[in-house]
Amino acid sequence: MGTATMADIDLKKIDLKKKLKKKGHSQEIWRRFKKNRTAMVGMFIFVFILLVMIFADAIVSYDTAVTQKISNRFIPPGSAGHLFGTDNFGRDILARIVHGSRNSLLMGIGAVVIGIVIGGLLGSIAGFYGGGIDSFIVRTMDTVMCIPLMLLVLSIVAALGASLVNVLIAMMIANVPHYIRIVRAAVLSVAGQDYIEAARACGTPNFLIILKHVIPNAIGPIIVQATMAVGTMIIHAAGISFLGMGIQPPTPEWGAMLNEAKNYMVDYPYTVIFPGLSIGLTALSLNLMGDGLRDALDPKLRD
Amino acid sequence: MLKKTLDKNTVPVLDVRNLEAVYQMDEGVVRAVNDVSFTIAEGETMGLVGETGAGKTTTAFSILRLLPERTGRIPRGEIFYKGENLLKKTPDEMRIIRGSCISMIFQDPMTALNPILTVGDQILESLEIHNIENKTKKELESRVDELMTLVGISPARKNEYPHQFSGGMKQRIVIAIALACEPLLLIADEPTTALDVTIQAQVLVLMEELKGRLGTSMIMISHDLGVVAKTCDSVAIMYAGEIVEYGTAKDIFEGKVHHPYTLGLFQAIPRLDEDTLRLRPINGLMPDPSDLPSGCKFHPRCVDCMDECRDGKPYPYNQNGHRILCNLLQREKRV
Repeated sequence: MGTATMADIDLKKIDLKKKLKKKGHSQEIWRRFKKNRTAMVGMFIFVFILLVMIFADAIVSYDTAVTQKISNRFIPPGSAGHLFGTDNFGRDILARIVHGSRNSLLMGIGAVVIGIVIGGLLGSIAGFYGGGIDSFIVRTMDTVMCIPLMLLVLSIVAALGASLVNVLIAMMIANVPHYIRIVRAAVLSVAGQDYIEAARACGTPNFLIILKHVIPNAIGPIIVQATMAVGTMIIHAAGISFLGMGIQPPTPEWGAMLNEAKNYMVDYPYTVIFPGLSIGLTALSLNLMGDGLRDALDPKLRD
Repeated sequence: MLKKTLDKNTVPVLDVRNLEAVYQMDEGVVRAVNDVSFTIAEGETMGLVGETGAGKTTTAFSILRLLPERTGRIPRGEIFYKGENLLKKTPDEMRIIRGSCISMIFQDPMTALNPILTVGDQILESLEIHNIENKTKKELESRVDELMTLVGISPARKNEYPHQFSGGMKQRIVIAIALACEPLLLIADEPTTALDVTIQAQVLVLMEELKGRLGTSMIMISHDLGVVAKTCDSVAIMYAGEIVEYGTAKDIFEGKVHHPYTLGLFQAIPRLDEDTLRLRPINGLMPDPSDLPSGCKFHPRCVDCMDECRDGKPYPYNQNGHRILCNLLQREKRV
């Protein structure tokens, strides 16, 4: 009897220790994220795409992706040496997709990430402080938003010169207002909460309030929007390439591949299906991950 | 850094003099607090009682200088914390005072905690901000455990999130956060309003106990006279941004003379020892603070209203610190 109770007490102590052991915030989020199966699937797909991007040169040489060979035009998918077939210039579609991932992902994710960072910063300042700063930021961005997206991007690229980096900058400038709007709305809904006032009453400095209390609470809708935007960005970049302002042929890029192949898509549908699938799969994987991340960030939805 | 040590009883912890607070709106100026004065000695609890919109919370926010930046202003008055004028402090100095010297308990514990941070982190936050002694993370963590034990929650639960606690427990966490840096003054803004009666009692007992142990002074904002009677040493009754009656708890609850508004408040409480068919409310509504009546602000609702009440400030009555802002008592004295 006596020993049994002793063991019980010991057990309790261990349990307590385990509970008291403080897990890092990110570890906690990862633990919750892992439980979400769809999010994990999304992550695996995305990691796969990333690996393909990183090891593109090891998978297939860049020359294969750009060398034109008219005698090899429109070889159907599944043929020996051309798993995804060849396009109108006889280039291997698989090779072009593998190497195109670099430009496409850089375009899509780069534009969104930079947009979110700048938009998030300005948007949370506008939403949190309000007043004159808010009016100034929002009105300026409204003005930018009045200009049609494509026109704005094209004029910026025309001014800066056609290159990948410039297209990225242009798309970022064109999209920042959009993100500012989203972030500001999310921040506004959080800024009025009691716990923000309570944090102030504890003497928390404003930048800490924004970082620790406002942004983590407002980030859900922002993440979802961002992950959905990646696909759109790739398509936009393709549009710009199509107009001759972005990535120059024969550089492989998914959006550009779609544009080039659209004239042949009735007779040779696989020329659009594979690049389309790549864009779709990237967007889907990010979307799944984004959903999972949002859920993992909200402790109420866990378990 | 401000002195947190106590110079014995010479200086009151808080001395508010002729405080006025207004909200500058597009539609006009909202006079939320008008000429409010009171002092709180070390260890004293003052009750701030009044209807919704009487200016209780605005008074509290003025003391912490947390009025909304764009609209709130303090055109007149002085607020001395241990002899130092808070209204003359820079925003940074004020930020350090908040939480470490004066802290606040909010009305609704359901919304006063950040839903995505663990309660332990939230208690830790206040400690980290005011960590002047450069304590290590470990020492701070052990202080968190100590605080949680103090308010009666097992430290083992510090890695849980607010939604995993009940309302009463959340309020305990809020109290733990407020007490984290051992402030000399605690402003409790209706700390029990959002809780049911049994939990109310628990929280009040806890606060009383902690106050006794730590010697903290307190402003207890409430519209519940029962709560005030139980916890406060002195009581200020607020109406339309003014303190219409101020005195010790004894003056207010047992005294003979009262402001008609105080009487109205007491009459509105249903009594257990007699049959009451209907409650007896004070007729009328609190005046619009952007358009206050002339003269005594209570005169449109007052049953004893006289001609002289309609214009000119009412004549204050004062007997051994029991202050009443009413012409009636003055006349009785004169007669």
